Amino acid sequence: MKVDYTTEAPVIQERLSLAQIQELVAKPLDTKPDKKFFIALTISGSLLLFGAVLLAITFYKGIGLWGNNEPVGWGFPIINFVFWVGIGHAGTLISAILFLLRQKWRTGIARFAEAMTIFAVMCAGIFPIIHLGRPWLAGYLVPYPNQHGMWVNFTSPLVWDVFAVSTYFTVSLIFWYTGLIPDFATLRDRTASKIKKSIYSIFSLGWRHSNRHWQHYEKAYVLLAGFATPLVLSVHTIVSFDFAVAILPGWHSTIFPPYFVAGAIFSGFAMVVTVLIFVRKIFDLQSIITLNHLEKMNKVIIATSLMVGYSYAMEFFIAWYSGVPEEQFVFINRAFGPYAWAYWTMVSCNVLFPQLFWFRKIRRSVPAMLAIVILVNVGMWFERFVIVVTSLHRDFLPSSWGMFIPTIYDIGILLGSFGLFFTLVILFTKSLPVISISEIKAVAEGAQPSYHGGVNHE
Amino acid sequence: MNNGRKIFGVSALFNKPDDIINAAKIVAGKGYTEWDVNTPYPVHGMDDAMKIKPSKLGFVTLFFGLCGTAFALLLMWYTLSVDYPLVIGGKPFFALPAFIPVTFELTVLFATISTIIAMLIFFFGLPRNNHPLHNTDYMKKVSLDHFGIVIEAADPKFDEYKINELLKSLNPVSTAVIYEKEKVRYPIFEPKFITFLILIAVVVSFGTYLTLNKLMYITPFSWMDEQEKITPQSKSEFFSDERGMRLPVEGTVARGFIPYPFMGVEIPDKYLSNPFIPTEENLTLGKKKFLTFCSPCHGNFGNGDGRLRGQFPNPPSLHSTRIRNFEDGRIYHVMTNGKNVMPSYASQITRDERWAIVNYVRVLQRAENASDSDIEKIQ
Repeated sequence: MKVDYTTEAPVIQERLSLAQIQELVAKPLDTKPDKKFFIALTISGSLLLFGAVLLAITFYKGIGLWGNNEPVGWGFPIINFVFWVGIGHAGTLISAILFLLRQKWRTGIARFAEAMTIFAVMCAGIFPIIHLGRPWLAGYLVPYPNQHGMWVNFTSPLVWDVFAVSTYFTVSLIFWYTGLIPDFATLRDRTASKIKKSIYSIFSLGWRHSNRHWQHYEKAYVLLAGFATPLVLSVHTIVSFDFAVAILPGWHSTIFPPYFVAGAIFSGFAMVVTVLIFVRKIFDLQSIITLNHLEKMNKVIIATSLMVGYSYAMEFFIAWYSGVPEEQFVFINRAFGPYAWAYWTMVSCNVLFPQLFWFRKIRRSVPAMLAIVILVNVGMWFERFVIVVTSLHRDFLPSSWGMFIPTIYDIGILLGSFGLFFTLVILFTKSLPVISISEIKAVAEGAQPSYHGGVNHE
Repeated sequence: MNNGRKIFGVSALFNKPDDIINAAKIVAGKGYTEWDVNTPYPVHGMDDAMKIKPSKLGFVTLFFGLCGTAFALLLMWYTLSVDYPLVIGGKPFFALPAFIPVTFELTVLFATISTIIAMLIFFFGLPRNNHPLHNTDYMKKVSLDHFGIVIEAADPKFDEYKINELLKSLNPVSTAVIYEKEKVRYPIFEPKFITFLILIAVVVSFGTYLTLNKLMYITPFSWMDEQEKITPQSKSEFFSDERGMRLPVEGTVARGFIPYPFMGVEIPDKYLSNPFIPTEENLTLGKKKFLTFCSPCHGNFGNGDGRLRGQFPNPPSLHSTRIRNFEDGRIYHVMTNGKNVMPSYASQITRDERWAIVNYVRVLQRAENASDSDIEKIQ
């Protein structure tokens, strides 16, 4: 297939009219869900239920059911936390950073990616709280005047995490809802059902598409994008501080913040591509979420893959260059010790397979990219596994070395988080417009005035 | 059509972005103030065409962002530097670099929330679902793919006929007059109904409170009267010895109480030696304790003529040759162990104080039996 890269590809293919675009996006909200929808919902719902039951047993019996034990006190919960927060980052990157960079193609995927951010952060938020052991005491993490007369330790990365993740969730939700307001108004004006109309009216807040409002609205959108951009970088930086601030070989590293942010964007884009491949097919959105979109995301994936690969190499270099034997031991142990299989899974999935995207044919082939992005998701989960487990399992005292063996509860709760994520994604696709209607209309061909808009008439 | 309702405004619809920009320019040029353009998405260049001033929303963001920064720093300064200062990781009480992450997050949080709330509520006057434009054909068209313009009756230059002519001259798809909405009365907002709801709420809350807390008095509304904890002296079902209070492990020694191994032993003085030299401080302590504990029987100067004389068998004088020849340890042992009718003072006088008393007794003995050479020394 010949693709012309010298001119910018149109964001929307097939020259759809504004009304056609709106019908295409809003149709899934009106049609009855089909069999496939319920099959998908059943699978994800079962996973969710499985995880919820195992979590309930954990609450009843205690976290001794998990594989976490000395010397690996941070097991699956922290791995999953970092994994899910990372997944969330692609949404903010697409909606905020690409917005600031005036990348028009982001409009087709921004809404979906933002929704995935919110769902992923919800999944992530579960894990640190259940890892507390007594999750009902999670309120102690919030600084409030309490009967102990004590405050939280604001110099601890774990408290930074509380602030970063909750701020990130709140801001993402507000950003997402703000984007949805004009769409709710559009849905309100097109629906025939009375019940739907009143629901949409409530959520649209009575939006009137007024230009006097659009002016402030666009300003607010730029401001929010401007805040979300450093925010998204700060969140994974702070997550990486959880490790980097600890004085432990394998964790205590200044490379961690950029390394984690690159990895987060990498895994997030992989997850967005994974889900979008299905969504554009099932809801017949190929002309709005085009192959060009997927190709551009694959390019981001290969760029971040190289960053992540560079970080892997640089960690080894620093271990050697620092001359600290403990540091050197950790990295040699990582690559050739008992967890070598995990390390090489990570390297091959994250660095080797994405290199196939250098070929245009693979970049534009849906089955090939699906295989690669799923491998990237696996690889990025293993990256967190390698960082957490291999740094802990052999510490300074060989007598206290041990292995981390996950139990069915660990794995079940991880599957449950996937169940939660996909259940929310599936419900989202049928209840809200997966593409921002007002934004996508604005970038359609002929939607904006010609350069001297209307001057000729005067 | 109008049913006697007031006119809200006159509207025109266009289907090309160029047309609406042109229309906006002309209407703005005619000096109208109360008018608006409705488009399904923001049309580029419309703000200039309508001659509206740049948005001031940024100032709200800046102000509340700085409020967030100040709040975060003040909170951390107050909690960690003033209210409960703790040294953590060797950092100063006001560890600014470690406070940056929380400061940043709160800045973003405050700025975002305030921007959106300010925009929606104060800039837009939302939520408002009873605006005259709602539920009109005009709104349905601009929601989908048309571009509309409305000149409102509130404008000082409003003239229905003139405006209709003006809008028609701009080649619109259609024009229409939009009327104010009739006031709708919702039965649920009637004062009677609201009073009724409040009444029900009060009755139900009070009734529930009365039933649960006063009449039934069951857990968890019984003010924690019944608790599963074991109180002192109560029986325990859990431990095999059924004692609620646990005994310390055998041989446990309480802090600050060193056991005395010579209880009941006759003369252990060869194992005991005075750890204190008679300094002035030590003797002052010894004197104080002697006068408190020893003098009632032994007398203020150790002559055996204390204030309790006659009520108990008189103690011997401390100035007899026998006692003067006692080792320090033996006097200490008598105080600790007791002798004849004298009880043990181990529980009232601490170890160090007993040795101080020994030193003071030595001073008394020396003073009471002073020789001439001693007097010469003093002189």
